[in-house]
Amino acid sequence: MAEHCARLWVQGKSVDLTLVGRDAERIARVAADLRVRSPESEIRVTQSDFLDPSAIRNTVDGIVAQGVVDIVLIAHGSLPDQAECQDNLEVCRDALEINGVSPLLFAEAFAKHMGNANSGTLALIGSVAGDRGRKSNYVYGAAKGMVTRYAQGLQHRFAGTGVKVVLIKPGPTDTPMTSHLKGQGPKMASVEDVAQQITTAIASGQATLYTPGKWAVIMLIIRHLPNFIFNKMEI
Amino acid sequence: MRQVSSWGRLNAASHEVVSVNDPAQIACQIARKPHGIAHGNGRSYGDVCLNPDGVLWHTIGLNHFVSFDPSTGRLVCEAGVLLRDIQRLVIPRGWILPVTPGTQLVTVGGAIANDVHGKNHHVLGSFGDHVKRVCLLRTDGQSIECGPQDKADWFAATVGGLGLTGIIVDAEIQLSRVAGPWLDTDTVPYANLDEFFKLADESEADWQHTVSWLDCLSVGGRGLFMRGNPADAGVRPEPKGRKRTMPIVPPVSLVNPLSLRAFNMAYFHLKKWRAGRAIAHYESFFYPLDNLLEWNRMYGPKGFFQYQSVVPRDVGQDATQAMLTEIARAGEGSFLAVLKTFGDRQPVGMLSFPRPGVTLALDFPNKGLRTQNLFERLDVIVGEAGGRIYPAKDARMPRSLFEAGYPNLSEFMKYRDPGISSGLSRRLMGN
Repeated sequence: MAEHCARLWVQGKSVDLTLVGRDAERIARVAADLRVRSPESEIRVTQSDFLDPSAIRNTVDGIVAQGVVDIVLIAHGSLPDQAECQDNLEVCRDALEINGVSPLLFAEAFAKHMGNANSGTLALIGSVAGDRGRKSNYVYGAAKGMVTRYAQGLQHRFAGTGVKVVLIKPGPTDTPMTSHLKGQGPKMASVEDVAQQITTAIASGQATLYTPGKWAVIMLIIRHLPNFIFNKMEI
Repeated sequence: MRQVSSWGRLNAASHEVVSVNDPAQIACQIARKPHGIAHGNGRSYGDVCLNPDGVLWHTIGLNHFVSFDPSTGRLVCEAGVLLRDIQRLVIPRGWILPVTPGTQLVTVGGAIANDVHGKNHHVLGSFGDHVKRVCLLRTDGQSIECGPQDKADWFAATVGGLGLTGIIVDAEIQLSRVAGPWLDTDTVPYANLDEFFKLADESEADWQHTVSWLDCLSVGGRGLFMRGNPADAGVRPEPKGRKRTMPIVPPVSLVNPLSLRAFNMAYFHLKKWRAGRAIAHYESFFYPLDNLLEWNRMYGPKGFFQYQSVVPRDVGQDATQAMLTEIARAGEGSFLAVLKTFGDRQPVGMLSFPRPGVTLALDFPNKGLRTQNLFERLDVIVGEAGGRIYPAKDARMPRSLFEAGYPNLSEFMKYRDPGISSGLSRRLMGN
C-alpha cells in the first residue's frame, strides 16, 4: 500500500522520499523502481529494526536530520493466522507487536519532531478490523484497534496546531499481505485505487479515511449491531 | 483453491494460486509448489495461462522497474509489469514500446511467452524482436540469462515458449524513439478482399501500422482499412480516457446474428462516413477496447472463442475467402474480425506465431458443438493452406494441426522445464 502511495507521490514530480524497511534487499528493489519512475526525485533507503525502541528512535532522528519532514506514512503490518495466534502465544505476541506496538513507536518518534516544528502530516494505516473484534481475526483487530485509539489521542494532542494526523482504515485490499485470501470472499479493492484515496486524504489532512468508502457504512452498522445479533454472525 | 478463468471465460477451473511477488523468493516458492504455470494478467484467451486443478504462479506482483537509460532507450523491468505502465512511463520521455498487441493490459512476461505482435509487424516484427535479455528461472532452481546473442537457443525457446521453459523473472527491452503520443491515421473503406490486399500492399512501404476491421457478414468481405504513422503533433489535450465497465455477465450472449448485423452495418457506415485522415492518440488507435473494461463478459456465461490463424501470402486470399464463406454458411458471425498482413520476416522464437502471410482473427460466442463444428471446417482450410493457429488465443485446436503448424516443436521440447505444465501443454504436447 505504501509503495503504491509512493508511486503516486513521485509521479511527474520531484520529491524527497525516504523508505524505511526491515529487509534491505526489498527496499532497494522498491527504491530502484521509484527512481525509474521519477529520476528527478531523491529516493533514500533506511533499514531498521522495527521492534527495538532505540533503533526506531535513531532511524527517525536520522531521517529528520536530513530535512523537514512533510508527510509520514506508517504502513507496515502483517496479517497473522488467527488460529495460530490462539495456539501459539509467541505468534500472538509477534502479531500484536508488529501491527500495534511498532507503528505506535514510529509515530511517537515522529510526533515529537513534528510537534517541535509545528507542521507536517502523520498518517497511520489502521484497519476496519480494528473497529470491532470478531472471532476470525481479533488478534490482528486488537493491534489495529490500538492504532485507532492511538491516532485519536494524537489528533487530540495536535488539535489546533500545524500537525495533522490521518488515520486510514482500509477494507480488504489486494496486496501481497492478503494474496492468500484472494477469491475466498467478496472482491478485494485494488491497491491502486486505495492508494489514490490515501494520498488524497493525506493531502487534505482528513482525520479518518475508510477506503473504499463503502466500509464507513458497513462498519457503522457492524459497530452498532447488538451483541445478540453480532454473536450469531459467522464473520 | 480458487476459480480462475482466462479471457475467453470458457470455464472457471479451480487452481491453487501462489502469488510470486519477490524475485528473491520465487525459487523457494516454486520448489514448494511445483508443476504450475506462470499467470500474469490473464489476458490470453484459452488455456495457455491456465492449469486446471493445478498450481498457478501469479506474477502480477513482479511489477517493478529495475532501470531505464533515457539516452539509449534500454529498459529493464520485472515480468509482471504491464505494457500500459511502460507506455505511460516512457512516452513522455520520448520512447515507446516498439511492438504492442491490441491491448496494453498484458504483462511483459506474457508478451514474451506468447511473442505477441502488433499492427506494425511488417516494419518491426514481434515483441521478441526487441527483447535483449531474459532472466529465466527453472523449477530446479537454475537461473538462465539469455538473449539473441547469448544462449540464443534458450532465448529462441523462451520467446513464444508459452511459459513452458521456465518462469520469466525480468527482461531487458530496447524501446524506440517517438515524438509524442499522437499518430497520423488514415481510414479507408474497402469493398472486398481484392481491395484489401491491394491496400495492404500499397500501404506497407509508407505506413508503420496497418490493420483492418472486416465485416464478416458481408458477402465480398468489405471492411475498413486503418493505417497510421507516429506523428509529431505538438502538445494537444489528451483524451479523457473514461473507463466503462461491462457491469454484469448477461444471461445470454449479447453477440447474436441480430445484434451483429445491426452493429456491423452501423460501424461500417459510421466509420465510412468519417473515413480519411485524422490525428489519433496512441491509446485509442492501438488499444480501442481497453477503455471498455471486462468486455469479454458481453458473450454471456458460456464465454467465447477466438480463432486466429495465419496462412502464407500466396494462398492467403483464397484461404481467407474460403473461411469467410464457411462462416457465412454456418450462419455465424464475428463481432471483432481483424484481418492483417504480416511482413516477410523470420520469427524470433521456435514457437512464435507470426510468419509471413495474412492473419485473420475472429471472435465467436461459445455455442458448444455448433461452434466446434465450424472450427473443424476452418481447421481444414488453415491446414491445407499450410497455416497455423495462435496458441495465445486457442482453447481447442487439434494436436495434429498444432504439430503441422509448428515444425520446430520437437526442437522446442528439449528446452521445456519438466516442472511446468499448463492446460495447453497437456492438450497439445501430451504433458
